[in-house]
Amino acid sequence: MEQRHIKTINLMDLKASLHKGGCGECQTSCQSACKTSCTVGNQICQKENNEQKK
Amino acid sequence: MPGPMVHKYKFNNLNIVLDVNSGAVHVVSGLGWIIIDLMEKGHKEEEIQEKLNSNYDSREVIRVLQEIKELKERELLFSEDYTQDYSRPPEHIVKALCFHVAHDCNMTCSYCFAGKGAFGGIKSKMSREVAFKGIDFLIENSGSRKNCEIDFFGGEPLLNFSLVRETVEYARKREKEAGKEFNFTLTTNGVLLEKEVMDYLNEEGFSVVLSLDGRREINDRVRTLGGKGSYDYVVPKYLSFIEKREHKDYFIRGTYTRHNLDFSEDLKHLVNLGFKSISLEPVVASPELPYALQEEDLPITYQQYDKIADLCQQFSSTSKSFSFFHFNLDLSQGPCIKKRLSGCGAGTEYLALSPEGDLYPCHQFVGKQEFLMGNVLQDLCYDHSLYNKFLKVDINSKEDCRRCWAKFFCGGGCHANAYNFNSDLYRPYGLGCNLEKKRLECALGLQAYSYLD
Repeated sequence: MEQRHIKTINLMDLKASLHKGGCGECQTSCQSACKTSCTVGNQICQKENNEQKK
Repeated sequence: MPGPMVHKYKFNNLNIVLDVNSGAVHVVSGLGWIIIDLMEKGHKEEEIQEKLNSNYDSREVIRVLQEIKELKERELLFSEDYTQDYSRPPEHIVKALCFHVAHDCNMTCSYCFAGKGAFGGIKSKMSREVAFKGIDFLIENSGSRKNCEIDFFGGEPLLNFSLVRETVEYARKREKEAGKEFNFTLTTNGVLLEKEVMDYLNEEGFSVVLSLDGRREINDRVRTLGGKGSYDYVVPKYLSFIEKREHKDYFIRGTYTRHNLDFSEDLKHLVNLGFKSISLEPVVASPELPYALQEEDLPITYQQYDKIADLCQQFSSTSKSFSFFHFNLDLSQGPCIKKRLSGCGAGTEYLALSPEGDLYPCHQFVGKQEFLMGNVLQDLCYDHSLYNKFLKVDINSKEDCRRCWAKFFCGGGCHANAYNFNSDLYRPYGLGCNLEKKRLECALGLQAYSYLD
């Protein structure tokens, strides 16, 4: 098989999350470890987390 | 208004392309990189073919163009911004509070943004009445949210440990009847972390943030108690504590300053001590202070993050594997776009509670009278005009953020930093932005490597 020139390493569906996301149950980012800066990309989706636990 | 946006960069030997709006990350060949670059500059397919035909195999050029076409159709490359019309609804929900249980500290760290614990005010401890009202406030104002969060913060919260216990007990009692679930975090300097405290925090399922800057000489230069450094005092306690909790739910949180611009050595030191969850944060300080980071320090800090990324790779799958807070990304999904647009939640879903019962947008605004949002001893309401002011400050409302490739990972930066450095909530702290972008490049690069493995 021919090697692809572009390998997509993730399949995030951010657009879909505009409609199905926003439950607000995830941790507030500054409560986790930083307290002086801000990163949201490293937070965990609570909804997804709960589904995985089921 | 920004339309499609890509961010291209090289990470070691990988060519990485982030499609900003979809969040898709691609690893591309050299030819793929050139063609995406030309497309970004507005060249059409025919022009690109014509330009490259003399130097590249035309079949390969066509293959790349075909792959790009497919990705565009799947909205994974040069995808459109679909968030421009979104604005956060004024839900008036507060579900997280930072409890300043002690505006006092048993240490005298020279770089402390809390002014040795008192936040520019007088030393004080939170009363039971304020703490219980704080819990009532959250239950009253968290609406449909089930998960509520309390971070016990200070100064040093363990100076008021009895109140921490009473507050947890009260919250546990009230959560059942209110249909809530309280999650607790405690941020400590470790000095009062005795066995009884460790057992309690473990039994109650606390997440903990443990302050330590790294190498003994680096930590002890800044983090002092009674004129001596804290390293020898706290490291054995931390090691015993995390062992007891089986390395779950903790972060060793260090601060780096201009005095240790080789902070990857501190990270390495912490890893060698046996810590596995580590966060190293740039100091927040006025630029005139000798330890404050300066723009000219950026190249060396970038190198340090590259070194930390190298260590992540080097130590992965070994007994020394560790997670670095800012490199943790879940690229399969992670937070929803609404979370990414709204950022840290300060002033809206997240507020801080002072020992006197005053409410502020976050722990870094405590003591700034123009940001006083209410007092829980007076009533369980808060200033909706300040809430609405913070609600409007999102990625799309900030010029610098709207055009930034990192916006959906960063969330728009720290409001307090924007206010403290630029006196404007809408103008993020540029130095912090640059550091954040570098950390994200490393984080995405590491993800790319682990995918290719």
